[in-house]
Amino acid sequence: MSPLNTPPALAPVINDFVVKFANVNGSGSASANSMFAKAIFRMGIPVSPRNIFPSNIQGAPTWYEVRVSEAGFLGRRGGQVELMVSVNPQSMAEDVNSVCPGGYFFYDNTYPLDFKLIRDDIHYIGLPLTQITNNTFTNPRQQQLFKNIIYVGSLAHLIGIEFSALESIVNDTFARKPKLIPPNIQALQLGFDEAKTAHPDPLPLQLQRRNKNDGKVLLEGNAACGLGAVYGGATVCAWYPITPSTSVAEGFEKYAKKFRVDAKTGNNNFAIIQAEDELSAIGMVIGANWNGARSFTATSGPGVSLMQEFLGLAYFAEVPAVLIDVQRTGPSTGMPTRTQQSDILISAYASHGDTKQVLLFPATPKECFELTAQAFDIAERLQTPVIMLTDLDLGMNEHICDELAWDDTHSYDRGKVLSADELESGARFGRYLDVDGDGIPYRTIAGTHPEKGAFFTRGTSRDEYAAYTEKGEAYQRNMERLSVKWATAPKYLPKPVLTERDTTQAIGVIHFGTSHEATREALETLATSGHAANDLRVLAFPFHDEINAFIEAHEQVFVVEQNRDAQFKSLLVNELEINPKSLISVLHYNGDPISARVIHDTIELHLAAPVSSAAQNRG
Amino acid sequence: MSFYKPSFRHPDSPTNQLGLTRKAYEGGISTLCAGCGHDSISAAIIQAVWGLNIEPHRVAKMSGIGCSSKSPNYFLNKAHGFNSVHGRMPSVTTGANVANRDLLYIGVSGDGDTASIGMGQFAHVIRRNLNMTYIVENNGCYGLTKGQDSATADEGSQSKKGKINPFEAIDLVALALELGATFVARSFSGDKQQLVPLLQAAMSHKGFALIDVVSPCVTFNNHPGSTKSYDYTREHVEAGAVVDFVPMAQEITLDQVKGSTQKVALHNGDSVELSKLSDNYDPTDRVKAIQTLHEHKSKERLLTGLIYLEPESDNFHDILNIPDTPLNQLDEKTLCPGSDALSQINLGLK
Repeated sequence: MSPLNTPPALAPVINDFVVKFANVNGSGSASANSMFAKAIFRMGIPVSPRNIFPSNIQGAPTWYEVRVSEAGFLGRRGGQVELMVSVNPQSMAEDVNSVCPGGYFFYDNTYPLDFKLIRDDIHYIGLPLTQITNNTFTNPRQQQLFKNIIYVGSLAHLIGIEFSALESIVNDTFARKPKLIPPNIQALQLGFDEAKTAHPDPLPLQLQRRNKNDGKVLLEGNAACGLGAVYGGATVCAWYPITPSTSVAEGFEKYAKKFRVDAKTGNNNFAIIQAEDELSAIGMVIGANWNGARSFTATSGPGVSLMQEFLGLAYFAEVPAVLIDVQRTGPSTGMPTRTQQSDILISAYASHGDTKQVLLFPATPKECFELTAQAFDIAERLQTPVIMLTDLDLGMNEHICDELAWDDTHSYDRGKVLSADELESGARFGRYLDVDGDGIPYRTIAGTHPEKGAFFTRGTSRDEYAAYTEKGEAYQRNMERLSVKWATAPKYLPKPVLTERDTTQAIGVIHFGTSHEATREALETLATSGHAANDLRVLAFPFHDEINAFIEAHEQVFVVEQNRDAQFKSLLVNELEINPKSLISVLHYNGDPISARVIHDTIELHLAAPVSSAAQNRG
Repeated sequence: MSFYKPSFRHPDSPTNQLGLTRKAYEGGISTLCAGCGHDSISAAIIQAVWGLNIEPHRVAKMSGIGCSSKSPNYFLNKAHGFNSVHGRMPSVTTGANVANRDLLYIGVSGDGDTASIGMGQFAHVIRRNLNMTYIVENNGCYGLTKGQDSATADEGSQSKKGKINPFEAIDLVALALELGATFVARSFSGDKQQLVPLLQAAMSHKGFALIDVVSPCVTFNNHPGSTKSYDYTREHVEAGAVVDFVPMAQEITLDQVKGSTQKVALHNGDSVELSKLSDNYDPTDRVKAIQTLHEHKSKERLLTGLIYLEPESDNFHDILNIPDTPLNQLDEKTLCPGSDALSQINLGLK
């Protein structure tokens, strides 16, 4: 600030930096921030925005971090940011510190900046945002909302967002409320002009149009799950509101209303039931699936805890069910609006007794869409619950992914359901008979046949004909058949995805879900410094044989996950019966999405150690 | 309890309009105690469904956990049954019901299953007016764990071991009335004459129908200190609005004494004929029903019969606006929007 101190200059960079916005929760900044990210997307530049928000409604600090990456790295980069847009006095001290040396601190200079916030190694850009809005707009709510739009307009000048991209977003956003278009454009223009007058020279951080987003869309994982459920043929959604999964049900409702309302009758070819709690939600899902309708619920960790008993029933009674768990930071209430991958074990072994549940791990919104649709096929084919483990980072943030696609020739796999004709012509029906040797029995739906096919569904032990029994051998036969079914399951599950960079197979990395982008970036970076590694991204549990083969083939195997206790590693060790010391954990669990930096640095530190403990132990 | 069920039936056993004898509606051999009120209720259910001419396989038998929840095994062998988890029968029934609105849903629960662990789901299934018949086999105790008091045990009543219950009982009928149930009745397992038409009326009602049936536990709660024993119930019961279920087809032939009865039409054209409690008792008046119930309670009288009926109300299917075709029968063409629609969605996400 003083002419005596000249902050260091950032090297000019195009399409590779991080901008962070600091706002007050509930101030209407979300749409302005989203407009900023979307404009960059429309300029064809890879971009990944992330909400960092508190667990309250109004008044607390909230952030929005936008990574721009020409190279297409969409995970969290980590570290300090190049440009901080700070419009929240409450968090300014923290925000100033989050700027890298030479970086920029953009603030509202309607009010003077506290001298304690002055650093001599960063640049300050002050614009009178409040003053401009107060002079232009009379309505207090408008004054608040347009202040956000004005700083987006300012950034258009400062970092080179194409104004036409912003205009197109405003036009699309308010297509149904055209009255709102002119004031929004006006606010953008005001910001642009003010910035150009006060700071004629653009910053060294610049955006330039590319065409890297051809064939891509920008989408939240939760909305993709909701859409996937519509495409997957779900007719019943029973749910209980919980952050961060609520928008899954809302997404389903939005798309169901668009596509599933009968044009002639106005009836809904779907049902959405907001249950009284999570126990009831999963109970409804089980009841609907038992009765032949594809049904699902969405929840988060505390909900999964509550659903345990019912999940055990569905496993043992062999009722299909689909559960989308958008994980958040546990244990207990933890940090409800922060991300984690810490429901692995509670989901894999949900409920008491010997239970095992099928898990799916999507990494992108496209996979959220595809795996949700597929989950219904899997659940009905295997007659068991399928739990999809996504997380807050994937669910509640927009991510670039390939355009969604659907194969119109795909038929729903309803699994082994006997029709009235099949019952009529078939041999004696045994609900729990392993007719095909794959452990999967045949089922019937209530009301199918007047004389044949009725059976009693229960959580207590039964024989092959669904008759209650406490005979040990019958119970054991049933449990062994369930194990056979478990062994069959991988056949219907998506295989792990292998990326090969290392022909010597010295280093292998296993990861799943939202660690994908950060892992990819970390491994690309490591490869440039001579530590090429292969990676295997796991998409499903029970595990395919490829995972064991991958572990055996590599000298050192790292497992990347976002929890404290290395839950995924435990699952690998337990299910594959391998030496725990043959796997090295890369863990991250502070509630933020894992960054490429954490993965890179952890692996590099291990590799730099004189004797790798893992390699030694493998001996 | 019986160890053997004879296969012989008299060749001239009466048949219903479907040509089925009652045998077609029977279930497995009961494993409940000899004399258990629950078995009488099972028999009443068999008679009711047979009398309504419903095909057995078009019924879904739903239950939770407990002695009562075992009883769906003992009626309607040709119907699918679902013995779910403790207290959560309503949610499973809700899901099943929404999936296929064409079946008759009979939920059987107990006082532990409903008034304790399942209280939340009981309240909410009433609130949703799910089209089902919810039967509480109410004996005031936990039979399967050997006789602990349940939440419906009356204050001051004694357990078999002589322990006095110090807590107020939850009256499920009063609660259902308060929560807006559209059909509320109480009966006694020993009064089949009353119970069968009540069940038939409940099964014909389009909406949530509760029948709280006092069903003495002969093993643990049928002693002098109990207020849910056979003797106590017989001595304190007051058949309030005595009903006769009248299928629409039989209406002309009915011979009722005018002036002493009131007819309430059901949604499907059937009706119930009620012998009134008193001249000013209107079974479609919820406030009056609550008041009458409390008056009887204060006199230690057990009011039975049809206590409240709201003949016309939107049930859960109406509220959800779901189609006449059951959701579980919609085909893939109806359900999946297809790739063209997805292309349009992609355009909106750019």
